[in-house]
Formats: sequence, structure tokens, C-alpha cells
Amino acid sequence: MPPIIADKAQFWIMALSLGALTFLLRFSFLGMIGNRVLPPLLLKLLRYTPMAVIPGLVAPAVLWPAATGGETDPARLAAALATVGAGILTRNALAAIAAGVITLFGLPLLIG
Amino acid sequence: MTADRTLLRTAFRRGVIAALPFVLVVGPFGLLFGVVATDTGLTVFEALAFSIAALAGAAQFAALQLAQDGAPLLIVVLTAAAVNLRMAMYSASLAPHLGPAKLWQRAVVSYCLVDQSYLVAVTEYERAPESPLAEKLAFFFGSALPLCPLWFGSTWVGAMFGKSIPRDYALDFAVPVAFLAMIAPVLRTGAQYAAAVVSVGVTLALWWMPYSSGLLVAGLTAMVTGTAVETIMERKA
Repeated sequence: MPPIIADKAQFWIMALSLGALTFLLRFSFLGMIGNRVLPPLLLKLLRYTPMAVIPGLVAPAVLWPAATGGETDPARLAAALATVGAGILTRNALAAIAAGVITLFGLPLLIG
Repeated sequence: MTADRTLLRTAFRRGVIAALPFVLVVGPFGLLFGVVATDTGLTVFEALAFSIAALAGAAQFAALQLAQDGAPLLIVVLTAAAVNLRMAMYSASLAPHLGPAKLWQRAVVSYCLVDQSYLVAVTEYERAPESPLAEKLAFFFGSALPLCPLWFGSTWVGAMFGKSIPRDYALDFAVPVAFLAMIAPVLRTGAQYAAAVVSVGVTLALWWMPYSSGLLVAGLTAMVTGTAVETIMERKA
């Protein structure tokens, strides 16, 4: 079990402070009096946060999974590529998950 | 007065209906979060409390992934919050429409502000910018109704179910697949692809940095890259 999850105090600090920070981000402009406008440049930057953070977040887990001791696993790599490919082609998150899961469990069966 | 009530009820109902298609996205992700959370070592109660405190799917998955990577508390919180930076943009974009509402109403709107409720609401407000404030609020709360309680409920069901799944059943890979499935369908412009590629490249190049902190550098670099590519493309066009 990861140390942050095993140590209950750390887990609760993590959950509550993430909740508080997320609320502050959501309340940032709605909470202010009057209609202040964000500089267009900042708006543009913020719009890229999902594609700027999430691909990097998963890349090490795709290439060097902890479950295999950090060694690249063809099934996991192929599943990741299948998820991305299906997601781009179908524009549907559930179809992308299906492609990833089928590849992850199907490929080892096929190539033994 | 009764006519007003009818209008509000109609706006609320239209909000509910507009949000219904997203039930198919939020429900399965909530289930998956519950399963992955218990697999990571959270109790059912902790998983549910996490979903209620944060109400932010991507950030919650990010926190679990970073915890698995062994990152310390501060990095987990900062990186997961960075995943939510876009919420400030949603807040800014709704402020012209909902800014005049009472403070407690804006606080409740803020708590319920998720990708799907934002998307539904901003589409409605752009279609009918002159609607009265009360109707805009009714529409927003209508759109939040099928989504936010569903996130809690599906987390709970997933966590109950997850307890009975044997550990280490390649479940470690559920988080990457869920994330990639979230992000791939929304990649459309060259600037978005550029941001994604830079994010991956810089994170891998900086993986030697302690406590997964290279990810924060990568995220920032990728945001700047996306914005730069977008600006260059706009100039060319």
C-alpha cells in the first residue's frame, strides 16, 4: 500500500486539501464581486492543462509499470496505444476504454 | 409568480435533460474510481469521502497514480490540483452569467462545477445570453443534479465491488487506460497534440527528478507549447 494511503493522517490531509484547492479554483472568479475578465493569454494557457498534465502523468506507468518491476510490458504498451487510437478515431471515452481493456487482456492470450 | 415558477421548473428540467447523456460517462468513471481506490488501499468510506471532498474525477485518479508512484504528500496535492487548473477557466467563463447571484448560490455552483456541467451550462448561456439570472441558475442546478450525486453513488458501488476483486489483477493499469480514454477523444487541434507530446517527452526526460516533480515542469512546458503553437497557427491563418 502506498505510504500516503497507509498513513491515515496523510490520506485525510491529501483528500481535504485537494478538495479545498479544487473548490478555490472553481470559486476563483465566480466568488469575486463584479465581472473581472481573465487576460486572454492566461485563458489560453489554462485551456491546455488537461493535455499538458495527463499524458505526462500516465507515460511512466505505460512504459515502466511498477507491476512488472519497471520493465516495459508489451501488453500494457499495446493497450495504451489502442486506447489512444480508439479514442481519437471514435471520439468516445467508453469505446477507448473497451479497446484498451480488450488489448490488455486479449493480447497475452493471443501471443501466449 | 406561478408563471415564474413554471419558467424556472422548465429551465431546471432542460438542465437535467441536457446533462443526461453524460451520465454514461460519469457513472462508469465513478465505478472505476471506486474499484481502483479500494485496490490502492482506501476503505469504502475513504473512497466515498475523497469523491465528496474533491468531486473531480481526473484529479482523484491523478492523486492515486502519484501515491502509487510513491510521491510525497505535497507533490500529490500540487499535481492533482494542477489537473484541476482548468476549473479556474470554467469559473471565469461562467462569472459573467452567474456573477450577480447570491454568494451562497455561487458557492454551491462552484462546488458542482465539473467538466460536464460546465459544458452543458456554457452551451446554454451562449445560446440564450439574455435569460434571467434565476433561470440560468435553475438550468445549472438541473444539469448538476444527474451528475454530482451520481459521482458519489458510483464511487460507493465501485468501492464495495472493488473489495471483492483479488488484488493485483492488472488493475494497476486501469488508471492509465481511464486517463488516456478521457484525453484522447478531445485531442483535435495541432496545438493540443503538441501539448500532449511535449507533456510525455518532458516527463520521461525528467523522470530522474525526485518525487515525480518533473511532471510539474512538464505540465508547465506543455501548456506554454500548446499556447505558442495555437498563437502561431492563428497568425498563419
